[in-house]
Amino acid sequence: MNREIRLLWLIILISLAAFFVALPKVQLKFEKGSVKIDQEIGGYNLDFDFLGMKFKRVLEFKQGLDLQGGLQVTLQADMAKIKEADRTQALESVKNVMERRVNLFGVAEPNIYTSKTSNDYRIIVELPGLKETKDALALIGQTAQLEFREPDESANASAPFKSTDLTGKDLTKALVSFNSTSGEPQVEISFNSSGANKFEEITKRNIGKPLAIYLDNILVSAPTVQTAISGGQAIISGQFTVEEANKLAIQLNAGALPVPVKVIRQSEVGPTLGAESVNKSVRAGLFGLLVLAFFMIVYYGRLGILATLALIIYSLITLAIYKFVPITLTLPGIAGFILSIGMALDSNILIFERLKEELRLGRPLKAAMELGFGRAWSSIRDANLATLITVFILFNPLNWSFLNVSGMVRGFALTLGLGIFVGLFTQIVVVRTLVRVFYK
Amino acid sequence: MINFLKYKWLYLLISFLVIIPGLISLIFFGLKPSVDFTGGTVWEIKFEKSIVPDKTSKDKPEQILQKFLAAEKINPSTSLRVDGEQSRTIKDPVVSASGDSFIIKSQEFDQKTKEDLSAKLKDHFGAFSESLFESIGPSLGQELLVKTMIGVVLASVLILLYITFRFGEKSFGVCATVATIHDSLVILGAFSLLGKFLGVEVDTLFVTAVLTVLSFSVHDTVVTYDRIRELTKLNPKNDIAANTNLAINQTLVRSLNNSLTVILVLLALILLGGETIKWFSVALLMGMITGTYSSICVAAPLLTVWQKRFVKKV
Repeated sequence: MNREIRLLWLIILISLAAFFVALPKVQLKFEKGSVKIDQEIGGYNLDFDFLGMKFKRVLEFKQGLDLQGGLQVTLQADMAKIKEADRTQALESVKNVMERRVNLFGVAEPNIYTSKTSNDYRIIVELPGLKETKDALALIGQTAQLEFREPDESANASAPFKSTDLTGKDLTKALVSFNSTSGEPQVEISFNSSGANKFEEITKRNIGKPLAIYLDNILVSAPTVQTAISGGQAIISGQFTVEEANKLAIQLNAGALPVPVKVIRQSEVGPTLGAESVNKSVRAGLFGLLVLAFFMIVYYGRLGILATLALIIYSLITLAIYKFVPITLTLPGIAGFILSIGMALDSNILIFERLKEELRLGRPLKAAMELGFGRAWSSIRDANLATLITVFILFNPLNWSFLNVSGMVRGFALTLGLGIFVGLFTQIVVVRTLVRVFYK
Repeated sequence: MINFLKYKWLYLLISFLVIIPGLISLIFFGLKPSVDFTGGTVWEIKFEKSIVPDKTSKDKPEQILQKFLAAEKINPSTSLRVDGEQSRTIKDPVVSASGDSFIIKSQEFDQKTKEDLSAKLKDHFGAFSESLFESIGPSLGQELLVKTMIGVVLASVLILLYITFRFGEKSFGVCATVATIHDSLVILGAFSLLGKFLGVEVDTLFVTAVLTVLSFSVHDTVVTYDRIRELTKLNPKNDIAANTNLAINQTLVRSLNNSLTVILVLLALILLGGETIKWFSVALLMGMITGTYSSICVAAPLLTVWQKRFVKKV
């Protein structure tokens, strides 16, 4: 078996795999005489064992906020009262608080990230699929409340703990350290002077009892008081892992370094707008593909048929990658994909035109073919590199703070960039193989 | 073989005819920035029952809505005021109709105001659904504008450097950059006019389109230049003009066909792709057309002129 045939089989294999991954769920219904088909196909997921390793993945298109609807809020953290050195830590604490809060809304994939540009500290909260935004916004905009509570032992107690006058305001800082003898991680907390007095009082009357720490009215930790502690320095120890200790310190800092947040950008997208847009774009994409196929076949004949075949393979592979990675699709992202379909043909045209040219010069078909592929390459490479430069700036992968980071723009850059790479593969490997095998 | 270079002056004229009106509009009217850059609020709502115009007045439904919102500003009710705050009614509301929906644009307002306003609108016009609410603070808009400019400049410089490095001669890089500037001017001018006469706004997506167009434009130019260089090596005795002309002729079909495929796809997007990305697609389409034109009629002739003037031997 020669090299071309082997490559052809590989291409068929990849295309089939891509087809099954990309295929959406469809109901097949067919009835004619005795032939009756009623079956659901497509929408396959990964679920298999291989050499004792389990592979399990739900394969579906991940829709961005603009497609499935939801809420995106950009919060500006007011760091005026926080010392320069503590700011990054304080931002981390705010993020942690937000994560806890948004978990209350039962959104499948909340996304929270921080962004720091020069002196602006921001937190971006994304809640895709959220329908009722009012409560979420009210909760997100609050400053974190940290409270210490002691056991309530009165007869008519409604909750196990009652509030004390010790709050986050009395705390100056929490940090993770390691016990000097056992080496175990622990959390050191320090209070300011009024906090130290309050803490001494509370620990004195609660020796041997738990002291509960609440953040936003949710229990974070309830260490047992060993002795009365004076001087405002305490250590919370226990069977912590390093992560647990870190988490507790971050949560305590949320109270110790209270950062007021302000909504500076708010986007809500209703669920219908996105669905409509998806349908329209898919229609536009399919129509575009059809017109392109028609054009290529009319203009290049048999070569055009091969190019169309390659284009379909290109689309299948790209869609399969979207599902597999998964890549979050936004509306501009879909536009980027459709655009990349048009651009993917460019290398084809370059090669075909070159091929025709060499034929016109009187070279035999086989030689013309190889020259066409060879000479077109430098143009293909340069042209695609120029687009990649733009994609790089649009996507801003290194998160340079002097460049914009926007989900919409990134979505576009991502699909366009991916399109270039998959395009290069289909043009160079798929088209070349198809032409070598079938164009004789 | 067509002698493309013979019509240098015609190309110059065409480019001027296309660019000058846009440039004038750009200077006098500028671009119409969207809330992305200015800050502000966009709110798209759809009432369950349509607004029935008054018999006595000739106002369209969107004008009725706009007047209602503007009146709220003149006479803020107590429910819209919170102690210690300035009047939280909305400023400069502009309402436009889009299909069955209304798009309300105004200066930025917050969630509380939105809730109060929702209640009022519901009382007055009946229940409605929201498809979009976007509120951006003014400082954020300013920041985005600066970052966008940096992005555009950085992309241009990198592309210039790449071409120069790739062709080992700065004339190629400079001429390709002039062609991309030409294309940027065409699009910016066109959108200035579109903004002036059709109210088309320039947003982050538009900037994305401009950047993408930069790469389209270079894309075509690179292919032509590549051929010029190849021919110069092949026929070193020919002068640069002859080689350039030959190169244009040889790459013409591919340039046109390639642009045609992208244009077809973009037309499909414009006609069928829905409102959100319509102007984005229009900007890309314009860029594709001017990009193809400029690589044949700007970048290539310019290179011959430059090389004849400044470079004795290539």
